[in-house]
Amino acid sequence: MSALLETEDLQVWFDLPRGGTLHAVQGISLGLERGERLGLVGESGCGKTTTALALMGLLPASATVSGRVLLNGIDILRGAEETMRPHRWVDLSMVFQGAMNAFNPVKTVGSQIVEVLELHHRAAGRAARVRTGELLAAVGIPDDRAGRYPHEFSGGMRQRAAIAMALACNPSVLIADEPTTALDVMVQAQILELLDALCRDFGLALLLVTHDLPIVAQLCDRAAVMYAGELVEHGSVDTLFHAPRHPYTRLLFAATPDLHGDGLPASIPGAPPRLDRQNEGCPFRPRCDRAFARCVDERPLLRTVAPEHGAACHLNDVAAEVAH
Amino acid sequence: MSPERRGCGGRALSSNGADPLLAVDDLVVAYPIARGLAGAVLRRPEQRVLAVDGVSFSVDRGELVALVGESGCGKTTTAQAVLRLVEAMSGRVSFDGRDITELSNRALRPLRRNMQIIYQDPYESLDPRMTVRDAVEEPMLIHGLGGSREARRELVLEAVARVELTPPDLFLERYPHELSGGQRQRVAIAASLVLEPDLLVADEPVSMLDVSVRAGVLNLLDRLRQDGLGILMITHDLSTAARYADRIAVMYLGRIVEVGPASEIVENPQHPYTKALLSVVPRRDPRDRKRPQVLTGEAPDATRIPSGCRFHPRCPVAIEECRAHDPELLRPRNAVSPDHRAACILA
Repeated sequence: MSALLETEDLQVWFDLPRGGTLHAVQGISLGLERGERLGLVGESGCGKTTTALALMGLLPASATVSGRVLLNGIDILRGAEETMRPHRWVDLSMVFQGAMNAFNPVKTVGSQIVEVLELHHRAAGRAARVRTGELLAAVGIPDDRAGRYPHEFSGGMRQRAAIAMALACNPSVLIADEPTTALDVMVQAQILELLDALCRDFGLALLLVTHDLPIVAQLCDRAAVMYAGELVEHGSVDTLFHAPRHPYTRLLFAATPDLHGDGLPASIPGAPPRLDRQNEGCPFRPRCDRAFARCVDERPLLRTVAPEHGAACHLNDVAAEVAH
Repeated sequence: MSPERRGCGGRALSSNGADPLLAVDDLVVAYPIARGLAGAVLRRPEQRVLAVDGVSFSVDRGELVALVGESGCGKTTTAQAVLRLVEAMSGRVSFDGRDITELSNRALRPLRRNMQIIYQDPYESLDPRMTVRDAVEEPMLIHGLGGSREARRELVLEAVARVELTPPDLFLERYPHELSGGQRQRVAIAASLVLEPDLLVADEPVSMLDVSVRAGVLNLLDRLRQDGLGILMITHDLSTAARYADRIAVMYLGRIVEVGPASEIVENPQHPYTKALLSVVPRRDPRDRKRPQVLTGEAPDATRIPSGCRFHPRCPVAIEECRAHDPELLRPRNAVSPDHRAACILA
């Protein structure tokens, strides 16, 4: 049984302009099933967006990628651009952060979607316009709005249109990078409902890249927590909230304010390590409230701690419970 | 109408009898709408948009009041008018019992040091060429405070320590680019604190920061509040308001539609807008998934304010009367707290 989309030991290095390299993604292995919603979470700079761009084959020239990206069991990373291109936007599609502001202001929204369809030989002429109307309708935009310009759309509508454009070629995986950042809560709720409906109704698999844990808790089935370029924990969102096995996951939830309840959230002291130098031991150790001797020089590996639940923390070896 | 349902009638509420630190009374702020060249040539009448349309509230010493609402609701304009960074069309802003609405800029200057503001983006609010020491010292130089050079240095060190940049002397010679977002926001707070203000306006103070450090900055504000600072926090994040505010005022299209103690607004909301807003806030616990009550209809537009209750076109429970009747802020029937007010005829 192979997942719809899988990464195996995905690594990304960036050449720095002043020499040296930055190890942005340090061996990510994760899988996404058909219709599944996976949240990829972490602080800024943890490598979550880089991971998403690597899946799309859209990293800049300064990046070096290794590992495998399997789509239906076939490695699409191996042949670089040659093996990536046939799948990009067709099987794997992405809504970038701030995509709603990326429309060409002097072309109508509809014509920009028609362009995508024609470029990928999906439809042309009248058929493309009909398909555009269907796509817009699928994201909740009346199809008579296709002839309008981006500035005539509200932020939420432009974000819907950006999602419609990403869905143009009927992909099986949608990667959404911070799709609701900069949107008002009410509009955010509308976009989350839309993503939920797309996964439910069309069997779309969603990789939601965000720093916002509550959004993942509400929308996703599973989550993968990244820290300093590594995957430190993954599991069902329920498990990660109620029974985390990595201190970072627990502290990240504890730092997030919630509408109800008592007490103030607590910040995580310190900052993530720099990724342009080699780090010894556990990358989270300097900020961890449960670190012990072994964390100093031995890097914890991601291991299965329960069915469908992995964590990279030495505490799981000493059978010490990471108390919630 | 029963006497206890009589509202604050445009008067600012204070939780004790004395003058609140900040009292805002029936504040109205209007912005002109650009007429365009044709409009100017044809001498079309100048049109105005009421960004803030009759807002009253107060902030006490040692109190954190959160103004919440969607973008365009007038929360930031309200904060700017409080500091007289934009001029009000009518209404009154009193600071420490003194009406500052009519004060000249010159007369206002000594008061300015008592009312400070920190902004959303700590990456933009600090001068990149100034060290932390210079940035924190500058406000004292502007206001001619702090005494001798040595005394000022001492005050800078104290302020930097107070915002928990430790050890302080390690941070003094650093430049903004050497600091994280959370550290920068702390420097901005320190630069306000050296003036020993009574009121701090915090406009979305943590929305640009990483989740892991947000709580640190907010907990710092909370400690300053406990030390007696009055804080007016502008935020779109209801979870943050719920955790940190003493009172929450919910704004919609230039009006406060509901105001009260934070716990009461969150646990016992009475205005349909507040209820909808709370229902769409994503919860931390996946088991708390609920179907949100997503409002549809046109997004609020201050250039076209609906008649009657301005929320009625989007309101899920509006009745015929709501189209004509502009509701006052009154104590709702089901209020628990005596200080709870909502502007809804059904509440």
